[in-house]
Amino acid sequence: MLPFTTLTGIAAPLMLANVDTDVIIRIERLTTEDASQLGHYAFEALRYEPDGAQRSDFILNRPPFRGAPILLAGPNFGCGSSREGAVFALAALGIRCVIADGFGDIFSSNCFQNGLLPIRLSHAQVENLAGHAALGKPVTVDLQRQCISVAGETHPFTIDPRRRESLLAGLDDLGLTLREMDSVRAWQARDRLQRPWIWPQAQP
Amino acid sequence: MPTLFDKIFAAHIVRDLGDGWALLHIDRHLLHDLSGPPALESLAKRGLAIADPELVWATVDHAVSSAPGRTGMTFPAGGRLWRALKTLSQQAGIPFFDVGADGQGIVHVMGPELGLVLPGCTVICSDSHTCTNGALGALAFGVGQTESAHALATSTLRVLKPKQMRITLEGRMAPGVTSKDLILHLIGKLGVAAGVGQTIEFSGPAVAAMSIEARLTLCNLSVELGARCGIIAPDDKTFDYLRGRRFAPQGEAFERARAAWRDLHSDADALFDREYSCDITAVPPTVTWGVTPAHALAIDACVPDPAAASDVGERAAITAALEYMGLEAGQPIAGAPVDWVFIGSCANSRITDLRAAAAVVRGRHVAPGVTAWVVPGSMAVKREAEAEGLDRVFTGAGFHWREPGCSMCVAANGERVPPGARSVSTSNRNFIGRQGPRARTHLASPAMAAAAAVTGEIFDVRRL
Repeated sequence: MLPFTTLTGIAAPLMLANVDTDVIIRIERLTTEDASQLGHYAFEALRYEPDGAQRSDFILNRPPFRGAPILLAGPNFGCGSSREGAVFALAALGIRCVIADGFGDIFSSNCFQNGLLPIRLSHAQVENLAGHAALGKPVTVDLQRQCISVAGETHPFTIDPRRRESLLAGLDDLGLTLREMDSVRAWQARDRLQRPWIWPQAQP
Repeated sequence: MPTLFDKIFAAHIVRDLGDGWALLHIDRHLLHDLSGPPALESLAKRGLAIADPELVWATVDHAVSSAPGRTGMTFPAGGRLWRALKTLSQQAGIPFFDVGADGQGIVHVMGPELGLVLPGCTVICSDSHTCTNGALGALAFGVGQTESAHALATSTLRVLKPKQMRITLEGRMAPGVTSKDLILHLIGKLGVAAGVGQTIEFSGPAVAAMSIEARLTLCNLSVELGARCGIIAPDDKTFDYLRGRRFAPQGEAFERARAAWRDLHSDADALFDREYSCDITAVPPTVTWGVTPAHALAIDACVPDPAAASDVGERAAITAALEYMGLEAGQPIAGAPVDWVFIGSCANSRITDLRAAAAVVRGRHVAPGVTAWVVPGSMAVKREAEAEGLDRVFTGAGFHWREPGCSMCVAANGERVPPGARSVSTSNRNFIGRQGPRARTHLASPAMAAAAAVTGEIFDVRRL
């Protein structure tokens, strides 16, 4: 996984509430497109006219926000479906960090699995950042120090310590858990005796 | 002292990782055609084997056509995924419920129905509606495909224990009202973020009175409250439902399991982080008007007027939703003309759902200009419905009777509501573009969807 330490860049304010993962990426695109090609289809319903022309009123279609590595979002960003393609689509747009007043639970987990940092701040703090960002001021996100700075202001944030450690080092969970397989097998051996019904016999 | 969730969580801790994290054993891992292949492929790429293939099952639902006579290749883009899941499952020794085979169906319909999901077990699937399975007293939650790969390789997940909320439903459902109406009503009241970071236990007399199918619908929409997990304590109804199912323990083993399952309830003094209680006796049939399940309304109510909204953001959101849905501020929701009706999805495609819809349809006909589909949730539901003659009730009334799958709920299979068309759907999401680009979705119960089909408008089924 790509480590996340610090990031400085333009932040695009997309301050709609409850942006769901269907809006981030239409599921049909996941049947046809490779994960790395999803950027073109991110936010499709908001970003393009029915004829495919780019909508000038959509923030990520406008300079300097096109290609912004930071997204400022409304509450409950990424609610809905578990599709990890939503994170792939944001990553393919070049987004490495989303700052919002809350995230869908599965979306948030998926972000951490892919080196994309979801930061939760209060709505007022996100609005404040959005005010600066709208003027095109660069924003710096420092995961080591857990703070965001823009225009001389500093906003602290907190990330679960385990999540933070993994992101800073670019560790993936699977590599860590594979070292625990002896414990898993021991647990299972006990469970087979205690809950034999959980363990399927031969196929009926 | 412990809650039901606490008990199941504690019983599955392989190792306490500290700070609220646990390495949790996963007893049941279900795969579907959209997220299964990438998870299996990522494992192969790392040269890893599946830790316990006997705890994994696969089916095809998302990207397969529901057309009568379909094969895995009828929808070509999905055919690639169908073939990949079939091949990779067979290579790994994972049972695969193929198109046309016994057991094939929407993953959250076939899991309970086959007795794969049992009280007290942990269940995951790379699908947010995995919460459906909590209706049987399982700890069931959706994951992403990276987490799915993790669980395939290790039969575990690293889980941060969530907070817990209990929703107690008092009273009894009025005639014409279903668990779908209740959960839409609750989402309308509490909002789509009420359950974020939490698991929700549903309890109370109204839940106890529900059939297992109605409970599955209730838990299915937990994730639309923001909760990754919904759960209901198993009771005699649960045990009766499971007895004799294909993968459930049989005979002596079932009795032994049942004795253990009796302890699966929240203790009388269990503490929840949040409690919400409501009397549901007065809840009417409920439909959505907008683009999130929280845009829910009583059938006799009017859609909101943005001018009455309390803040700027909400005003803008209502205005945008009304425009997308092609509705006027303040208009009654009843009477809006309907183009499409979809009866199906993991929310409402079980046999009781089809019976409820058929009861409304019997002796009536689909209104002119309306296209109406029934997509049974599984092969078992389809066969049972056909044995009861429900298929003929539907087709005789002008409905299309189709093959099991996600179909038009998710529009990942070439089956879409056309742009601008208004759909009444028994599914669980009315997001922008969910049923197809610019499709306008109103969520409703099967009986309400059937009423919309035969009247051609959003209609109070109690008035038919």
